[in-house]
Amino acid sequence: MIRRTMNALAAVVVVVFAAPGCKKGGDNKAAETKTGSGEMAKAGSGSDTAKAGSGGETAKPAGVDLEVTHWWTSGGEAAAVAELAKAFNATGNKWVDGAIAGSGDVARPVMVSRIQGGKPMAATQFNHGRQAEELVQAGLMRDLTDLATKEHWKDIIRPASLLESCTLNGKIYCVPVNIHSQQWLWISNKAFSDAGVPIPTNWDEFVKAAPALEKAGKIPLAQGRQSWQETLTFQVLLVALAGPEAYRKVFGDKDKAFAAGPEITKVFQAAEQARKLSAKSTVQEWNQATTMVIKGDAGGQIMGDWVRGEFQVAGQTAGKDYTCLPGLGVHDVLQTGGDAFYFPKLTDEAKSKAQETLASVMLSKETQVAFNLKKGSLPVRGDVDLSAADDCMKKGLAILAKGPSAIIPAPDQLMTADSNTQINDLFAEFFAKPEMTPKDAQKRFVALVASAK
Amino acid sequence: MTDPSPKRRSRLFRNLNAKVASVPMIVTALVIFVGCTVWTIVYSFTSSKLLPRLDFVGLEQYRRLWVTPRWLVAIKNLAIYGTLSLTFSLVMGFLLAALMDQKIRFENTFRTIFLYPFALSFIVTGLVWQWILNPSFGIQGIVRSLGWTSFHFDPLYNADLVIYGLLIAALWQGTGLVMCLMLAGLRSIDEDIWKASRLDGIPTWKTYLFIVIPMMRPVLITTLVIITAGIVRVYDLVVAQTSGGPGIASEVPAKYVYDYMFLAQNLGQGLAASTMMLIPVIILIVPWAYFQFGRNRRG
Repeated sequence: MIRRTMNALAAVVVVVFAAPGCKKGGDNKAAETKTGSGEMAKAGSGSDTAKAGSGGETAKPAGVDLEVTHWWTSGGEAAAVAELAKAFNATGNKWVDGAIAGSGDVARPVMVSRIQGGKPMAATQFNHGRQAEELVQAGLMRDLTDLATKEHWKDIIRPASLLESCTLNGKIYCVPVNIHSQQWLWISNKAFSDAGVPIPTNWDEFVKAAPALEKAGKIPLAQGRQSWQETLTFQVLLVALAGPEAYRKVFGDKDKAFAAGPEITKVFQAAEQARKLSAKSTVQEWNQATTMVIKGDAGGQIMGDWVRGEFQVAGQTAGKDYTCLPGLGVHDVLQTGGDAFYFPKLTDEAKSKAQETLASVMLSKETQVAFNLKKGSLPVRGDVDLSAADDCMKKGLAILAKGPSAIIPAPDQLMTADSNTQINDLFAEFFAKPEMTPKDAQKRFVALVASAK
Repeated sequence: MTDPSPKRRSRLFRNLNAKVASVPMIVTALVIFVGCTVWTIVYSFTSSKLLPRLDFVGLEQYRRLWVTPRWLVAIKNLAIYGTLSLTFSLVMGFLLAALMDQKIRFENTFRTIFLYPFALSFIVTGLVWQWILNPSFGIQGIVRSLGWTSFHFDPLYNADLVIYGLLIAALWQGTGLVMCLMLAGLRSIDEDIWKASRLDGIPTWKTYLFIVIPMMRPVLITTLVIITAGIVRVYDLVVAQTSGGPGIASEVPAKYVYDYMFLAQNLGQGLAASTMMLIPVIILIVPWAYFQFGRNRRG
């Protein structure tokens, strides 16, 4: 009896270890899970669809259902997606919402598996850049060049780098929908008035004010302890303190001599300061860290512009309750990452036609305004009306208007996901290990830059 | 025996139903377990990125693997976690089982209490312990609010201690199962052996140590295999409790494999890592299988 049990156990053990290699099996499972959640999301968004259907003109018989997958599931994000769905439903087609809960890190493998496994959705969100590059190379994504020429995307999309990162071998494969930027320092005005020091206007002043904040019982820098946030902080320090040129040299040209130079040394020293300033911050999630800033328990937080949603929910206004410093107040620089939609190749002709409709709806002026106001991001075209923008959004737009010199591409536009992961691992390790010196970290950074692709 | 073929035929067709019924499992085992394992190993020698490509680069992926600090941290963590979790869950599981075996009252109740954590998934366990060990809300917060304000206990936020924070959660979850297996082993020992040892005046602890435990060897081996398999593949607990943090201090090999296969889009690197994970399992399984089947033949 026992022997039999143990034989069965051996089988179990083998299953467990063979599983990572079993590509096909994993794919199917992922696809199934996906279909399940898509179905649920469909049920959830049913009311929206119904409203749009009855409000607009009577549905044209030609309308088809398109499943669109994305990972926008938080309150503000869902509201923004609903704007896209509303605009698409108004064309007589039907948006079938395929929201995948969790972050992009969770959703992307599911999306890739589905496309690879032969069950593609009609459109899917990815970040700009090289995340979908291999899918395009494998011929799984649809070429949108004809539509793009017809609608003059080249002239309307700003900055031009957005469309460039959708382009491979001269052909356009995706539609950028928004611009997100990470290079922001969010400062609690209350924390600084409590500590009796003026609100800083750049990173150096912020660091100088830190002892006063600590004396007042506050944590100078709020920092979520998940590794992606520690990585983000580091990336922002690098871009903002060393400047956009330095960033391009390191991530774009993979210039290892420059990466070993004094300007990058300064960044690593600043990261060490940030490590000290945030040592007492023991929260995990980014919004918990933001809550500390909102309450005035922490001086500031380095985080992307999605933080604005949290301030908005808490009823705070930019300029009065909180201050934002794009580029940490040192260099006027923003990284124009963001989201784009890709359209997998489909065999159904009606659906392929509807894909084109969806693509042009996403870029239309009205949709751009409605979507980006809810999302908290910046629109991808410069010719839209943004009178409703708040203080921080205006600062962001001013930097965008400065043109290409102030705008840097995201690291995943310049380096493969593989190289990025390695560099991010280093940054995360550095933040968590107080005994790791800036010098050692820089040495390893240089080695990674040298081997990066 | 002039013509051996009829005999062979009849052997082949004996228990035909059983053989037909087991064909799907055999095929699954060969195609999925063996086939995919071979696939994994073959592609670990390629430079596959997002999609598998047969572009061989020799041992390059392995060379890179063994100079990557994150992998080294993961291996070290697995070693610490594995040794301690194996030792403690066996020792504690056995002690609990021995205590249960003293014909105590409410044995069922205790057994249920100890086994309950095992009914929770690692994800739930991880989240529960993340909160318990959170310095502001968990144990440290409570003790400080009771007046001992210098009390310091935040393993999950200390890179040197975080693996022990994971260990606590894993032991809390897994010890109950080990206890149950051990208890079953203890119960299978013939009552007469106890009577005999009592007649000979051997103290109870000596009976346990020198008579009962050696007799429980099959159960011990089963338990060992279960625990070890659980150790090598530990993933969900880490994802739920710390997501590898702080920094990369609580990374484990299984998470490295997943992250490099799907997030970093470097299939070759992920497969090289999973091949490395296969090795301890083979080391574990092969001697055991040899031992099992070898003894079979003799018996």
